[in-house]
Amino acid sequence: MTKGQVKEKAYKWTFTILAFSSLVFLTGIVIVLFKEGLPIFKKISVLQFLGGRAWYPTYSTPEFGILPLISASALVTLGAAFVCVPLGVGSALYLHELASHRQRAILKPLIELLASIPSVVYGFFGMVVLTPILQDIFHLPTGLCALNASIVLGIMATPTVCSLADDALNYVPKAFREASFAVGANRWQTLTRVVIPAAGSGISTAIILGMSRAIGETMTVLMVAGGAAMIPHSFFEPVRPMTATIAAEMGEAPMGGDHYHALFAIALVLFMVTFIFNIAAEMISRRFRIKLGLSG
Amino acid sequence: MKVFGKVWVLTLLALGFALPCYAEKIVVAGSTTVLPIAQKAAEVFMDKNSSADISVRGGGSSVGIASLIDGTCDIADASRAIKDAELDKAVSNGRSPKAHVVAMDGICVVVHPSNDISALSSKQIKDIFTGAVSNWKDVGGSDEKIVVIARDSASGTFEAFGELVLKGGKTRPDALLQASNQAVASTVSRTTGAIGYIGLGYVTSAVKALVVDGVEASKKTVLTGEYPVGRPLFMYTNGAPKGLIKEFIDFILSQEGQKLAEEEGFVGLK
Repeated sequence: MTKGQVKEKAYKWTFTILAFSSLVFLTGIVIVLFKEGLPIFKKISVLQFLGGRAWYPTYSTPEFGILPLISASALVTLGAAFVCVPLGVGSALYLHELASHRQRAILKPLIELLASIPSVVYGFFGMVVLTPILQDIFHLPTGLCALNASIVLGIMATPTVCSLADDALNYVPKAFREASFAVGANRWQTLTRVVIPAAGSGISTAIILGMSRAIGETMTVLMVAGGAAMIPHSFFEPVRPMTATIAAEMGEAPMGGDHYHALFAIALVLFMVTFIFNIAAEMISRRFRIKLGLSG
Repeated sequence: MKVFGKVWVLTLLALGFALPCYAEKIVVAGSTTVLPIAQKAAEVFMDKNSSADISVRGGGSSVGIASLIDGTCDIADASRAIKDAELDKAVSNGRSPKAHVVAMDGICVVVHPSNDISALSSKQIKDIFTGAVSNWKDVGGSDEKIVVIARDSASGTFEAFGELVLKGGKTRPDALLQASNQAVASTVSRTTGAIGYIGLGYVTSAVKALVVDGVEASKKTVLTGEYPVGRPLFMYTNGAPKGLIKEFIDFILSQEGQKLAEEEGFVGLK
């Protein structure tokens, strides 16, 4: 082998190892989640765990029902969708359709900058700024509630949704648009009848990945969601999502105890939800690329 | 031969210089309540003994005791006494945890400064936290919904409050959860109908500490045991402490160490 070939081989192997290392991490995490999470099901059934309404993990007769935690996660994620879908998709449409080159050059990096703000800063913002405002507007006993968490999470997920939706719009071949104009459609008709339907599944992917970001967010919900382990009846009640429970309790749960295993089992549930979200996003985006005649 | 001689001399010299710099290491881990005491004491102790190297971590009482059992720490901070299950595990691991009370912690029940209420009985506090009472007017205050703020159910403070006040009763499920003393204090200070509990050291003018069963929370009443919501704070060592570990524990129990604990907002034993 020549020196060049050796070098090339070395590069190839280095990058192969790097690429596969994330697979190793993923496998490791999955193994740990199952190993530490499954033992709780020797004590209680899966149904009792997922459907139980009381979360009292540290009492002498502990109760490990995570339905309040699951419903809290679902509620704040849904609430976040109400915020980040209009904001994210709307910004993407503006950037793509209406913004001048200069506006785009300023706006897009700014929106993406939102993603780089640490989540604890968002949490702080929610606690100090949003909480008193919500308290005053809705006359709530406390502003730390599902609505507060939804708004902050929605803002946090906006850059993800906007960026990916913008990419999806950019993937729509120019020919589609030109063909539409050629048959006499105006700009609005082209946008609503041609571009959005063509980019539809790409935009759906963007929304699902935004949701996936919202449901996994921890620090913010720990700070602003209030933390009541109760099945919520409205957006104005304090809630405790799954992530907040794990973060608040893991440090003090005796290692190897039932509480510890129950927290890992919650992490397992959370992992499965985000896994399904990501698979769905991947499948939809693959269909989208095939539909547009891009590589599958 | 001559060269070897030189090497030996140099090696011995190097060792001679290095030995005094060799630091004895102590690892302290556990309760976040005891953490400020351990941290402050370690800083001052290391200033005085340049050979000591003390690393202090939090993690929680359970984590601290678990690490003492595993042998990954030398001193376990705990805001509660060791549990029987932990003791059994320690014994089967060939370790024998020994408790040292290093200070007292008073848990204050706090409300918003604008609240009319300034005293409650522990029975009333229990009713509020377990959900039997939900409006301030039921305990003699104005007509306002009570916002109950509790700690995360795994913290030492939650456990101590549960034992001392709730007597095993369950915290109402709609209680807000905050993950630290500061977070409880700041939420109470921003919520007019709120009630929460925090360590005596975290009480500021932003919240109002309630008189419980006719006793005001103060260093004196906590130490004498008059104040009903007080508890001892522990450091656990493996067997009777020896060497540097003994020196460190002795330092914390000394006049100077206890003064440091008081500066951190706890109640000194002396």
